[in-house]
Amino acid sequence: MVLFCKIDDVNSSLVSVSVMPILVSHFNPRPKMRLLVQKSLFSIAKCTRTPTSNTVGKFNRHRGLCTSPDPHTKVCIVGGGPAGFYTAQHIVKGRPDVQVDVYERLPVPFGLVRFGVAPDHPEVKNVINTFTQTAQHERCRFLGNVTVGKDVSVEELRRAYHAVVLSYGAEGNRSMGVPGEHLSGVYSAKDFVGWYNGLPYNKELRPDLSHDTAVILGQGNVALDVARILLAPLDMLKTTDITQVALDALAGSQVRRVLIVGRRGPMQVACTIKELREMVNLPGTQPDLLTEDFHGVQEALKELARPRKRLTELMLKALQEQGARQGDRKWGFRFLRGPLEVLPTPDGTRAAAIRLALNRLEGSGEGARAVPTGEVEEVPCGIVISSIGYKSLPIDPAVPFDPRKAIVPNNMGRVQDNTGLYCSGWVKTGPTGVIATTMNNSFDTGRVVLQDLDSGAVDLTEAKPGLQGIAPLLEKRGTAARAGAYRDFS
Amino acid sequence: MSKRVCLQSILSVQKACLWGVLSGLGFQSARHQLHLLPRRQISRCSQLFNASQHNSSTTPKVLVHFVNQDGVKSSVTVSEGETLLDVVINKNLDISGFGACEGTLACSTCHLVFEEDVFDRLEPMVDEEVDMLDLAYGVTKTSRLGCQVTVEGWMDGMTVYVPQDVKDQREISKGSK
Ligand SMILES: Cc1cc2nc3c(=O)[nH]c(=O)nc-3n(C[C@H](O)[C@H](O)[C@H](O)COP(=O)(O)OP(=O)(O)OC[C@H]3O[C@@H](n4cnc5c(N)ncnc54)[C@H](O)[C@@H]3O)c2cc1C
Ligand SMILES: NC(=O)c1ccc[n+]([C@@H]2O[C@H](COP(=O)([O-])OP(=O)(O)OC[C@H]3O[C@@H](n4cnc5c(N)ncnc54)[C@H](OP(=O)(O)O)[C@@H]3O)[C@@H](O)[C@H]2O)c1
Ligand code: FES
Repeated sequence: MVLFCKIDDVNSSLVSVSVMPILVSHFNPRPKMRLLVQKSLFSIAKCTRTPTSNTVGKFNRHRGLCTSPDPHTKVCIVGGGPAGFYTAQHIVKGRPDVQVDVYERLPVPFGLVRFGVAPDHPEVKNVINTFTQTAQHERCRFLGNVTVGKDVSVEELRRAYHAVVLSYGAEGNRSMGVPGEHLSGVYSAKDFVGWYNGLPYNKELRPDLSHDTAVILGQGNVALDVARILLAPLDMLKTTDITQVALDALAGSQVRRVLIVGRRGPMQVACTIKELREMVNLPGTQPDLLTEDFHGVQEALKELARPRKRLTELMLKALQEQGARQGDRKWGFRFLRGPLEVLPTPDGTRAAAIRLALNRLEGSGEGARAVPTGEVEEVPCGIVISSIGYKSLPIDPAVPFDPRKAIVPNNMGRVQDNTGLYCSGWVKTGPTGVIATTMNNSFDTGRVVLQDLDSGAVDLTEAKPGLQGIAPLLEKRGTAARAGAYRDFS
Repeated sequence: MSKRVCLQSILSVQKACLWGVLSGLGFQSARHQLHLLPRRQISRCSQLFNASQHNSSTTPKVLVHFVNQDGVKSSVTVSEGETLLDVVINKNLDISGFGACEGTLACSTCHLVFEEDVFDRLEPMVDEEVDMLDLAYGVTKTSRLGCQVTVEGWMDGMTVYVPQDVKDQREISKGSK
């Protein structure tokens, strides 16, 4: 075992998680930041000593301090988001003889922490420091730019590693399944979030913000993130890490009103109180809530558990105080309404309104169901953003997938009928839960992996090649060039 | 109390600027800033993977016992004025995933359960702490967020517990062969 590096090294090399080559080649910061960035690059280059042009080489070099071969037990993780890193952390910590390789489709790690979490929530991103420590552990490697299921199959990984953990998150989104969904002016929250966070796939989204009203469908935290970004004062956004492209677009935005529409009632909203509080306190905005939506809510409060009760009380408070607030931009919840159709402009080219079905609730509490009353309503809006949830997708036909729940079917993280195959994070549980939830379920998976390695349920007698077995395949398929020179591994 | 929250948030913004460098990278991309990480991360480095304890240089005064997820107890003497998150970091206590947001009230992973008599004497919670606590795993009547509780002299000898998820543990053993 190699001891952790000297403090100075650790401090500065924290940023070396496979990012420098990309920084150097495409980095385009705003001018006023450039100096700072150049300085940073310098310090990164200095501490890593030999700047390289590849991802993999960096980690090899990091390991290069120790010349010993990889440890006997080989585990690989598919996906470098919170689930991947928390699972890796648990496994590396739990056994001294295990090598963990994290394969990631993007060139850079951290998944939704980088490309999902809102730019005005930098505190949440502190968790990157923990992941970076894991990535820098001498028995852990991060391999960016490898799409599992395409560049390398899960079967190939299973042949090369004793255990494989699927932690590839939820790369798709639920769709409303209504006519007009594909009109221009209709976006998925997933794409919109990817766009303002600089996700390469969503670079070209260019949302048309030249409309007064935006309707967001769904009342989860993602919906509130999107609403906040649409309405936040520009000066506030400027202090965040939002992309320049998004900032420019938002500077020209005409959006003055955002309606956040849910199919159920105020006591079933999916968002959490911290995010609602931020919305209520957003400078320059005024809540636009309807008194009639809250009939009977005050009376029902005492029956509610603390989190739901506090959340509902905050909504009631916002309703009572909305008249006293000043702001030229408005946001509001609309309840008991489900999408029926996005209606086009007369020329049929883009969204002009949304037709909603009015619902009533059957049952009460968290499990209440929305049932259409038969009435409909049309709300004029030039922008429709569907935020009704993310969705995991199958990445490899050899891996079981439950299309109904959109997860990899598993028992506490063990993939059904596949010894040595595991899952963690959103692909295990479905696309809900904050990072702390993902952390707990990933530690749980890490624990079962360790149990199976310890108990012999996974056969460790056979030597497995690990990355040495995968690198030639990637080389042959041309992925190595994209990911960086795997030759370093020979 | 609320002052403390604000201060911690400000500090966090600085730390989180590291993200600026890592973020968006490469792509059309964002504004980037780099600040070197403050000391806390340095000690986290070994914290993640070792269970060993180090002494801090300040004068220890208050004895605090921590019982981690696995029921393992560690006893440490700490200085007044440190938060319980500081203690976990500085003393390298072996508590997986503790303090993910580094004390900025954005994660609830620093959730600790207190003895009732100690809990009753703690300073009241600000709304923001309750907001996060409401999202924590296995909340009890005597739960608090460790990053918001500052060690004081009267706490000498107290025991705090990291919540355990009993159900999960049981199912895990059942599921293994
Ligand atoms: C918009 C948004 C904002 C959020 N904000 C917060 C917040 O403020 N606070 C909070 O606590 N939680 C927040 N969350 C929740 C949090 O992001 C999730 O709990 C967490 O990211 C789930 O982790 P994961 O690793 O399962 O998935 P992900 O973070 O999605 O990571 C999966 C990784 O796998 C990679 N991958 C996918 N397919 C492949 C493949 N074929 N091969 C290799 N790699 C692959 C992906 O590129 C990605 O890096 C937010 C979620 C969203 C959607
Ligand atoms: N700051 C943060 O902490 C933060 C930020 C962003 C995301 N996150 C977390 O990430 C997870 C995902 O967030 P999310 O907002 O995508 O999901 P979510 O919390 O599950 O919310 C989804 C919303 O869409 C609605 N919905 C689902 N299917 C629908 C349909 N067919 N028709 C109409 N409405 C439908 C849901 O209503 P029903 O309730 O009626 O199903 C709900 O209002 C959540 O756990 C969230 O807390 C956290
Ligand atoms: S460390 Fe995140 S809330 Fe306390």
